[in-house]
Amino acid sequence: MAKIALGDLDNIAEKIKRTMLVREGSGRTKVIVHMGTCGIAAGARPVMNALMEEIESRDVTDVILTISSCAGLCSREPMITVEREGEPAVKYVDMNPEKAIRVFVEHVLGGNIVTEYALAAGSERTL
Amino acid sequence: MPHRVNAMICTCTNCISNGSLQIKEALEREIRNHGLEDDVLVVPTGAAGLCVRGPILIVQPDGIFYQRLKSEDIPHLVEEHFLKGRPVESLMYVPPGEEAPIPELRAIPFFKDQRLIALRNRGMIDPDKIDEYIARDGYRALAKVLTSMSSDEVLEQIKASGLRGRGGAGFSTGRKWESRKRMEGEPKYIICNADEGDPGAFMDRSIIEADPHSVLEGMAIGAYTIGASQGFVYVRAEYPLAITRMTTAIEQAREYGLLGKDIFGQGFDFDVRIFKGAGAFVCGETTALVASIEGRPPEPRQRPPRTALWGKPTVINNVETWANVPPIISWGAKWFSGIGTDRSKGTKVFSLAGNINNAGLVEVPMGITLREIVYDIGGGIPFGKELKAVQTGGPSGGFIPASLLDLPIDYERLHEAGAMMGSGGMVVIDEDTCIVDVAKYFLKFTNDESCGNCTACREGSEALYRILDGISKGEGKEGDIALLEELGEAVQEASLCGLGQSLPNPVLSTLRHFRDEYDAHIKDKRCPAGVCKPLFQYRIDEDKCNGCGACMKNCFHQAIEGEKKLAHRIIVEECTKCGACYDACQFDAVMKVSNSRREALAKV
Repeated sequence: MAKIALGDLDNIAEKIKRTMLVREGSGRTKVIVHMGTCGIAAGARPVMNALMEEIESRDVTDVILTISSCAGLCSREPMITVEREGEPAVKYVDMNPEKAIRVFVEHVLGGNIVTEYALAAGSERTL
Repeated sequence: MPHRVNAMICTCTNCISNGSLQIKEALEREIRNHGLEDDVLVVPTGAAGLCVRGPILIVQPDGIFYQRLKSEDIPHLVEEHFLKGRPVESLMYVPPGEEAPIPELRAIPFFKDQRLIALRNRGMIDPDKIDEYIARDGYRALAKVLTSMSSDEVLEQIKASGLRGRGGAGFSTGRKWESRKRMEGEPKYIICNADEGDPGAFMDRSIIEADPHSVLEGMAIGAYTIGASQGFVYVRAEYPLAITRMTTAIEQAREYGLLGKDIFGQGFDFDVRIFKGAGAFVCGETTALVASIEGRPPEPRQRPPRTALWGKPTVINNVETWANVPPIISWGAKWFSGIGTDRSKGTKVFSLAGNINNAGLVEVPMGITLREIVYDIGGGIPFGKELKAVQTGGPSGGFIPASLLDLPIDYERLHEAGAMMGSGGMVVIDEDTCIVDVAKYFLKFTNDESCGNCTACREGSEALYRILDGISKGEGKEGDIALLEELGEAVQEASLCGLGQSLPNPVLSTLRHFRDEYDAHIKDKRCPAGVCKPLFQYRIDEDKCNGCGACMKNCFHQAIEGEKKLAHRIIVEECTKCGACYDACQFDAVMKVSNSRREALAKV
């Protein structure tokens, strides 16, 4: 490490901004990859990797990528759920890396639901 | 590529002593075993706050709060939560008296009612990584003052913010800085007082352990304001982890040029050294602290003249005060002075201890009521007991009775109630605690810690202690209370420093609010809480005893006799009053009976 200049504060902050964002848990949109046993067996891992790379390469800073367990529809795994702030959650089924990237670009970033992959809008009610 | 999960494991002194380093190792091992190294980052942090529930793990970005972890829990936790995305309910926080766990930190009452300024980075950063502090707006305030503010402008901001010393007396920070700024003499010094010694207080230690750079940045801003170039952090040797983290922080800040010569190329020099104290309580008093750094015996001196290291202008502020400085500069005096009450601005960190469910570290806005702290944030008293009093300000402070529970907490109100803000120790006392006994405890402490310089303090604390000890043994006499009061006031008046001036407070404030309890000890030879052993005996109620034998089995001194299934009896001559039988009895048959009236004290 060498002495830093004034502008370096920004550079250092920028470098780990995404890590800090994960800790603050305040992303605009949450993308959940369902990684139950069924999801993992059906290929949720490559889907997750593709999304992680997409976030990295596009330098997206306000999306939280997280995982959850089996969504209950094991035959249609891998599944992902997209939760945009103020909008109903949308579940996508039969995902693969290519489809997931399309969902990411069109829905997560663009705000348009990819209806041909979507199962339904909304989630089950919980108590 | 950033990790998708950050596992924030608390590595404060409390959690480490509960095994959090082993848990960190187990986490890293299990994460490797599952090939999740690129997914999950394990981050050691300072105190998360709810210390009584440690070791604590907070999983981000979901904010899942795990508590009381053991190494054995980790394989299951990693597989379920990190691999399969199923948070483990059995390891989550369950509020006292409830059954459903609360998964998310921000939904837990303990956390959601707090407001973090001094502790703004707690649980968010690895204290050993300066980059993470910078990413949370760290060193921006220093950059701002060096590039765009004159020292007078900084001073105006601090004065306008209304910030007052968080170490005890609550003196205006701005006015303190101003007087040293105007004072002649070179070089000038900046000191951070981290000689925290009140029983049950750990605010300063936690701030340094969680966020050492916030203190350094505050000190640098103070140095720029008064024109100092050398700073000291006076921290007691009993705080090894705080010393280690502060040492690392100073090294990293030096490497980045945030301490040292010509900071940010603005021609401002400032460096900091750690001075390890040997743990004498009196060293928290500023003149004694300065004497200790100078290599003299740590005995307080008469003021004025003002406290001065090597006779030079010196600003000494407490850890928490320094940590408040950068946010005031960044967000403005107006923002800061908008929080709190009339004359007490901002927030205060308290270490909540004693008979309270959620013991730990809380930061709350000034003006919050004691009731909110004890019941909403603190989760109330364990086992559904009644609150008796809250002790604030440590051995120099006083007791606030339960009847004043709606008292808004600020410097003035606490003083009016006979207590003080102090550095932020807050000990909650329930109905089973004897007021005389607690006052005796604090007097024993100050008697031990008196430096011995002033006769009033040295001998006065001894005399006060002896009277209290007599009262607790049933040897109290008519006139003891008047003597305690007279002696207490004399010690206050005739002592040189804050230690002596405040040591009678625990006695005087309990006399003010709990006179009847003293009377019970002195006149009736009765300890209403059933704590003072010479004043009661254990008896077994023959009607309630079913002869189960649990008391007899637990008695270490063969002081209980009786046939199975028949009522048992305590042999008074053999009984040491250890209380094992009282705790063991499931049928409320063992009672504490007052010596004087042979009346049963309530079994709770």
